[in-house]
Amino acid sequence: MFYREAGDFKTSYADDSQTFPIAFDRYRYYAVLAVALGIIPFVITDYWASAILIPFLIYAIAAIGLNILTGYCGQVSLGTGGFMAVGAYTSYKLMTAFPGMDMVTVTLLSGAMTAMVGVMFGLPSLRIKGFYLAVATLAAQFFLVWLFNKVPWFYNYSASGQITAPERLLFGHAVTGPNAEAWVKYLFCLAFVFVLAWVARNLTRGAMGRQWMAIRDMDIAAEIIGVNPLRAKLSAFAVSSFYVGVAGALLFTVYLGAVEVGEAYGIQKSFLVLFMIIIGGLGSLFGSFAGAAFMVLLPVALKVLLVDTMGWDTALATHFQFVIVGGLIMFFLIVEPHGLARLWSLAKEKLRLWPFPH
Amino acid sequence: MLDAGQQGYTTADGRRIGGVVMEMRNITLRFGGVVAIKDISFDIREGEIRAIIGPNGAGKSSMLNVISGFYHPQEGEMIYRGARRPPMKPYQVARQGIARTFQNIALFEGMTVLDNVMTGRLNHMKASILDQAFWWGRAQREEVENRKRAEEVIDFLEIQHIRKTPVGRLPYGLKKRVELARALVSEPKILLLDEPMAGMNVEEKEDMSRFILDVNDEFGTTIVLIEHDMGVVMDLSDRVVVMDYGKKIGDGTPAEVRANQEVIDAYLGVSHD
Ligand SMILES: Nc1ncnc2c1ncn2[C@@H]1O[C@H](COP(=O)(O)OP(=O)(O)O)[C@@H](O)[C@H]1O
Ligand SMILES: [Mg+2]
Repeated sequence: MFYREAGDFKTSYADDSQTFPIAFDRYRYYAVLAVALGIIPFVITDYWASAILIPFLIYAIAAIGLNILTGYCGQVSLGTGGFMAVGAYTSYKLMTAFPGMDMVTVTLLSGAMTAMVGVMFGLPSLRIKGFYLAVATLAAQFFLVWLFNKVPWFYNYSASGQITAPERLLFGHAVTGPNAEAWVKYLFCLAFVFVLAWVARNLTRGAMGRQWMAIRDMDIAAEIIGVNPLRAKLSAFAVSSFYVGVAGALLFTVYLGAVEVGEAYGIQKSFLVLFMIIIGGLGSLFGSFAGAAFMVLLPVALKVLLVDTMGWDTALATHFQFVIVGGLIMFFLIVEPHGLARLWSLAKEKLRLWPFPH
Repeated sequence: MLDAGQQGYTTADGRRIGGVVMEMRNITLRFGGVVAIKDISFDIREGEIRAIIGPNGAGKSSMLNVISGFYHPQEGEMIYRGARRPPMKPYQVARQGIARTFQNIALFEGMTVLDNVMTGRLNHMKASILDQAFWWGRAQREEVENRKRAEEVIDFLEIQHIRKTPVGRLPYGLKKRVELARALVSEPKILLLDEPMAGMNVEEKEDMSRFILDVNDEFGTTIVLIEHDMGVVMDLSDRVVVMDYGKKIGDGTPAEVRANQEVIDAYLGVSHD
């Protein structure tokens, strides 16, 4: 009854293009924010942080990044894992070369570095599209992982070939290293999610986002109204890779702490993030969150349900997970390309009219 | 009746037609062995409605594609506002104030009508990516200013009721109108329309004709129009170029063209839909 736009009139164009045009959505957003900031940090446990919350936040950033490139600009990428590795290795090199550098700067610079690498690997997109571009980004994925494995300089010649994040403090609290507490890591990641999601929202609702979507929907028509395809595509690669790089850096510094590149940033990671945006919804920021939440929660939920409660074999439960994800990917690709986000907005549409559907 | 001078003339219905704004000189365009345009010259005057007619495959769309930078002719040159135009990419042509619509609608199907029209304002939006990222002054101000212009055009073309509808869901006739809106909102000097009325019913055709006349009248926009329907062409246009098999076979006022024997033989004599 309360989910209404009636009586919620917009008196200016600025109001009309705001992030949550319906008041109720705005209140729900404030409620989520209040819980995220006012409650979770005080009750968070190590289990919740490492099983759900921190991976969710980090993958949400990666999913927003890939969604900008694929969902908004229509350029398919299978190189997400490799680009995350660029973020991770940049942060490692920065942390070890400049021990005094604070983690916010480290993380942002890692994103910037990844943006540059992303633009480089995005250059072929000016010539090739769709399947061929996907293969080109796949090549980037394998090349980057190979590079970080092969060149010892990247892992500071460590015997194991791994990289390990040293401890760094922020406002007197450890954010990285074994002594970092769950709530600090959580808030650190949350801050990035908050700012980056807001920036993504600004970019996608304005002139930049319209250029990306124009290229996605019909590149010829985009050109004829003055979109420079080179600038539009490369800016999408840059922004997208920035997000992916930040996510890769956080995954290493805050979440995993120690990383072997092939294992943490292999092709599976590229697919994981791609599945997130397909299931969550291509071209939707909300969908990026929904998809990240779904892919992070699914294995946890299945473990609790099938293994812990029903006594299934762990391997069997894992296979079951593949079946579910595979089925959902097919469902969303064929039936509902806009994913969970679309289902959600359909539900809202119904709710908007309820209880008088006509 | 038409003097060739740069000072222009006034039409019977009192519209002011200016000097030559664009001139095509000896344009030849080939695709492998196919010669789509053979040594064609004509000019476009400021403020006029210039029609290009001819049977299917005559090379009309190819001519628009040459003007808008999609095709690069092997021979000939284009003079735009007094200067020879170097080979350009379509987006550069757009920035020179030339907008167009396509024979087969080319809209952004996944975006709303409003977003499609707003995309047409891109050349008027200069905020840097950083301004946009943080929604700072300039980005926000430009969004609001350009939204005003977009809404004006939306009102003008009477598509207010569908402004938040994704274009993919619209019927054909409305899509054509949205495409016109997107071209018009950029405030072009020259508007190129490739068969804007193809596939429309009589009522839709009348609406579209009225919009084209209104655009020309109110904004003084120069319009180059490809159209099949002879009746429409005679009603709308000031001057007509007739093409057949890539050649120009007639050029003049509708009345002159209609009296031209070669045109009658090649085009008007045969029946067209
Ligand atoms: N991109 C292209 N490649 C090859 N041939 C083309 C191309 N575009 C147009 N043509 C050819 O040029 C001729 C003119 O086509 P077009 O300009 O579309 O005619 P019209 O718009 O007058 O119907 C046709 O023979 C067509 O097959
Ligand atoms: Mg044609």
